[in-house]
Amino acid sequence: MSVNATPVAMTRRGFRDVPVPVVVIALAALIYVTAAIVTGQANQISAAGLTGLLQRTVALGLVGLGQTFAILVGSIDLSVAALISTVAVLASYLMQGDPSMIVPAIAACVALSLGVGAINGVLVAYWGINPLIATLSTGLILQGLLSASFTFLSGSVAPSFQALAYQNLLGVPLPVLLLAVFALAAWFVLAKTRFGAHLYAAGGNPDGAKLAGLRVQRLVLGAHVIASFAACVAGLYLAARLQSGTPWIGRDGIYDLESIAIVVIGGTLLSGGKGGVLGTIAGVLLFASLDASFNMFGVDAFLKQVLRGAIVIAAVSVYAVRNRGHVA
Amino acid sequence: MTVLLNAVRPTRRRTAWLSVNLALVIFVVLYGVIAILQPNYLDAALFMNFLRRAAPLIILACGQLFVILSGGFDLSMGAVVTLVVLAASMLIGGDPDMTWTVIAILYAMGLAVGLANGLIVSFLKVPSIIATLGTMLLVNGLALAWSGGAPRGDLPDNFRNLGRLVLKDVPLVGSLPIAVVILVVVTLLAWWGLHATAYGKRLLAVGDNPRAAELAGVPVKPTRISAFVVSALSAVTAGILIGGFSGVSVNAGRGLELQAIAACVIGGAQLLGGRGTIVGALFGALSLFALFTLLNLLGLPQALRDSLQGLILIAAVGVTVLRYRRST
Repeated sequence: MSVNATPVAMTRRGFRDVPVPVVVIALAALIYVTAAIVTGQANQISAAGLTGLLQRTVALGLVGLGQTFAILVGSIDLSVAALISTVAVLASYLMQGDPSMIVPAIAACVALSLGVGAINGVLVAYWGINPLIATLSTGLILQGLLSASFTFLSGSVAPSFQALAYQNLLGVPLPVLLLAVFALAAWFVLAKTRFGAHLYAAGGNPDGAKLAGLRVQRLVLGAHVIASFAACVAGLYLAARLQSGTPWIGRDGIYDLESIAIVVIGGTLLSGGKGGVLGTIAGVLLFASLDASFNMFGVDAFLKQVLRGAIVIAAVSVYAVRNRGHVA
Repeated sequence: MTVLLNAVRPTRRRTAWLSVNLALVIFVVLYGVIAILQPNYLDAALFMNFLRRAAPLIILACGQLFVILSGGFDLSMGAVVTLVVLAASMLIGGDPDMTWTVIAILYAMGLAVGLANGLIVSFLKVPSIIATLGTMLLVNGLALAWSGGAPRGDLPDNFRNLGRLVLKDVPLVGSLPIAVVILVVVTLLAWWGLHATAYGKRLLAVGDNPRAAELAGVPVKPTRISAFVVSALSAVTAGILIGGFSGVSVNAGRGLELQAIAACVIGGAQLLGGRGTIVGALFGALSLFALFTLLNLLGLPQALRDSLQGLILIAAVGVTVLRYRRST
């Protein structure tokens, strides 16, 4: 872990103008190539290998994009893992393999996720409940209802919906394109629209933003709705990829913690107001190449969990350690 | 409240007392409903048994309260419980002579986890919710990797007795489980540490305003680290009791960290520090456990526990927020 930490710190001191995302992507590439060469699997450094690598980024990348909005505005969303599970299960339950149900099922999932996002937003922005507790609780409520109503696999998605996750367009897998489109859209919203600028303002200095006439509460609500919608898209993708959803798909993927980690690794401040989509994409690439390297080295599943925990801490501390004050 | 508005201290003391009362009232009401459904819960023996089963949660809540008062969260408690149960079974391997040595080793492990949490939060400045989520993954992964996912070994009777032995014909109370004796000792220790020592005052000061506490000469970092150590040691104690009466399982500690936080919040502890009492945490944990018992008696699915806990968390924090708003 210290191996990861030093290059970032050094590069930042040496080339102060190199943006964080570039450093993180370079690090990701370094790790991936080194692992491939060391384990003698140089064939991983090919178009096919890289496509596989990109494919791994899709679900976490989508969640991370949404999480970026929540964190930028100074909040956080811990309910995404439960929402992913709920959406994946709901989609396969409603479709039951029937292609004519694809649109209604997707509509129901989107409606549900917008509702969850709105509830999160209201609890955090209007009621003033600590976002960690509020979203943790909505996640718990969702997960409890889900596990109580679906104890086993029920139904599967329509074959034509499943095909979406495996198709290629111009040689690029459709899911990767989906992530790219969403990333572009998120970048556009944050960097080029008034709403994006207001999000940064509200996250950086809520009181100042309020005095400047921004409706901070509404912005926080909007960010939460976006975060939930992104989790919904990730859940739909996972359902398509795996043919049917299980009630634990989100929790087992640790999407809550990992989405926060990739956002922070990408240089977005946990306290909000600074950062962006590019960093998040760089963060997810780093995680995917680490994951791929573990697989190349054949790391045992439990040990992988240990390493993930350590990496999350190490990654966040690279940024946090420069903090002057005390954190809780 | 309005009568006392001119004096700040009495008001604050009164709100603290109110929240303890609230938890006490909730507990009495819930236990009353249980007693209506199952009148034999009013027997002294069954009440002792209820206390015995609630003991781990109460001990966890007392430990968690230290961290909450210092301004943080400890999400690694459940993982420590799992580690303790699995490690005990593997280290003892059914040999009764090893019990006390192994218990010492278990406490050493807890100390290590607590120190790690505290050091990461204090020196690497990683927010505790992320740091302890990371150590949760790490400790859980270690426990599972060590046991290979399927625990071997057995716990000898003298270890299990700590959790399940009930002394008969004790004067005054009739039957007395060892776990209840441990519970009383731990609660008294926690009460003494928090409410009768200068250390307790420092902890509250750190949670309330770390910068101010630092300027007043409080060693902020050691105080905060000690809170995480107390929390981890209480998790070890709870783990020993849980191993005693439920035996070895890889899911032994799952979700306990959130139950402990919920118990503290129900007991009137303020998240992010500064206010809370051991008596509150005690009755908060008892209320939560009475609620779980009630759900069982009503035959509701176990999974709904999570949902209910989410609702309680939101309600408890929400009420605190509203009360705080009204008083300022």
